[in-house]
Amino acid sequence: MMRMVNGLIDWVDARLPVVNTYKKHMSEYYAPKNFNFWYYFGVLSMVVLINQLLTGIWLTMFYSPSDGFGSVEYIMRDVQWGWLIRYMHAVGASAFFAVVYLHMFRGLLYGSYKPPRELVWIFGMLIYVALMAEGFLGYVLPWGNMSYWGAQVIISLAGAIPFDILPFIDAKDAKEIGEALTTWVRGDYLLSTATVNKFFALHVVAIPLVLVALVFLHILALHEVGSNNPDGVEIKQNKDENGIPRDGIPFHPYYTVKDLPGVIVFLMIFAVVIFFFPTGGGYLIEKPNFVAANPLKTPDHIAPVWYYGPYYAMLRATTIEWFGMSAKSWGLIAMGGGIVVLFLLPWLDRHPVKSIRYKGWLSKTLLLIFALDFLMLGFLGTQPASGLYKTLAQIGTVYYFLFFFLALPLAHRFEKSKAVPERVTGGH
Amino acid sequence: MSNDGVNTSRRTFLIGLTSAVGAAGAIGAAVPFVKSWQPSAKAENAGAPVEVDVSKLDMGQRVVAEWRGQPIWVVRRTDDMIANLDKLNGELKDPQSEADQQPPYAANEWRSIKKEYLVLIGICTHLGCSPLFEEEPTVELQYGGFFCPCHGSKFDLAGRVYQGVPAPTNLVVPPHSYTSDAVIIIGSEEGETEA
Repeated sequence: MMRMVNGLIDWVDARLPVVNTYKKHMSEYYAPKNFNFWYYFGVLSMVVLINQLLTGIWLTMFYSPSDGFGSVEYIMRDVQWGWLIRYMHAVGASAFFAVVYLHMFRGLLYGSYKPPRELVWIFGMLIYVALMAEGFLGYVLPWGNMSYWGAQVIISLAGAIPFDILPFIDAKDAKEIGEALTTWVRGDYLLSTATVNKFFALHVVAIPLVLVALVFLHILALHEVGSNNPDGVEIKQNKDENGIPRDGIPFHPYYTVKDLPGVIVFLMIFAVVIFFFPTGGGYLIEKPNFVAANPLKTPDHIAPVWYYGPYYAMLRATTIEWFGMSAKSWGLIAMGGGIVVLFLLPWLDRHPVKSIRYKGWLSKTLLLIFALDFLMLGFLGTQPASGLYKTLAQIGTVYYFLFFFLALPLAHRFEKSKAVPERVTGGH
Repeated sequence: MSNDGVNTSRRTFLIGLTSAVGAAGAIGAAVPFVKSWQPSAKAENAGAPVEVDVSKLDMGQRVVAEWRGQPIWVVRRTDDMIANLDKLNGELKDPQSEADQQPPYAANEWRSIKKEYLVLIGICTHLGCSPLFEEEPTVELQYGGFFCPCHGSKFDLAGRVYQGVPAPTNLVVPPHSYTSDAVIIIGSEEGETEA
């Protein structure tokens, strides 16, 4: 029996690099031994991705874009266990952003984007952008009133693009490129079934394909250069006689076993939210979305879901016209720029030290303020913009950009860093 | 492999030529994919004009119609409302309607064909919310107007935008015309467009 199994493995392995791949990415992938709490969020992102794919495929079995609102109600009320699958998917979307934001913050803490891991970071950022698109498209599908008006606001952003980017789109009667572009995206003169159909295709086929491909590249690039760690020490620079990093341990079984309890704790929290707070008090599923889309009735307050909060706050913070461009265009630039600047992170950070552990007090303080600033912007994005909130959003937006363009390139000149150790600290 | 006898310049030229032909083909093939996102023939038909009978509309009142899924407001302005428009010019971004936000026949100070009837698309030019109609003076609007609850944009009773609000331009006047004295057809210029 064993001989037959071994024979089969040999037969396959001679035709497909199964054993090699397993060794390279699991049993002989050496990860630093000093990973801490922050290193759970990568694997948790993977868990949520699988949750989204699985529940998403099941939802497509009952959802119909020509009756978006009705079919979601059908899933919630009539399909057996449909409510659970739908809430797993809807809460999963928020969970995805929660773990991804924490995963990204880990990168900021320990300088995981610095050479040689720039591409790991870039692929990660592309995943983040794809995720934002996926989240937006998905929020439109239930076709509630917030789906409608949220889509109205976001699609009209295309109207703020001040130049002609797709020359062969010719919307009838369109006065300007923005209008032509929004008509093209909607596939109609208004948000309609044509739009929902298109968004459905993008949400369930196009973006998930891109997402999965990017996750593959993210991990492939990571395993090529090796994982960073809380000390920011390159473990590959200190190898034993067999060429194995002295501070590395095989990913499997050590980290698979370590990750498992983390996954279980996460699933417990996830289940509590799904069963007891599936709408998150209006933050995960907004209240107006329990009413069907109504083009003639704007909700009193159009707010994005929490995970877009920071960038929505930046969009609204700009109210001045500079250099002949409208405040609306500047808002778009602030929002887009807020994301683009993250891509440039590996080159903006000029600090000679990777990990926050060995940076000086100035870097630590500035990063702490940045984290608080991002949380504040996130909150402000979900609130009506008036008076104090508007001023705070403006200050928050300015700090956000100053952090990238002043703090990261220059902070090391004004502080004394601690000595980085030769070997990682902690871990067993 | 030996590179003996290879004509590199010819090879480079042929690679370039093949790539150019391939790129042209790829762009051509992209056209149907991009164009399919445009409104279908069905959607174009559904965008047909809508008639609004304003004969029963009271002075100072508004009626809301729907055209291409957008709220269309028709306001019957009183003489006072029309007289007040002038007083606001200093507080507005574009009092003379110079930006292309209306058909040429409504490109005037009162932004309509007939002074009495104002026709607007009821969607804020900032981010697409639908502003509230304030026929009476309020704290924000001393002569009444339209106030957007989403981000606080203000417009006067000709749909002209105030300075210092997020909305960049005046509210849009849709193409429209009069088929009789008190019947307005939205989305069509077949009828009368002179006052």
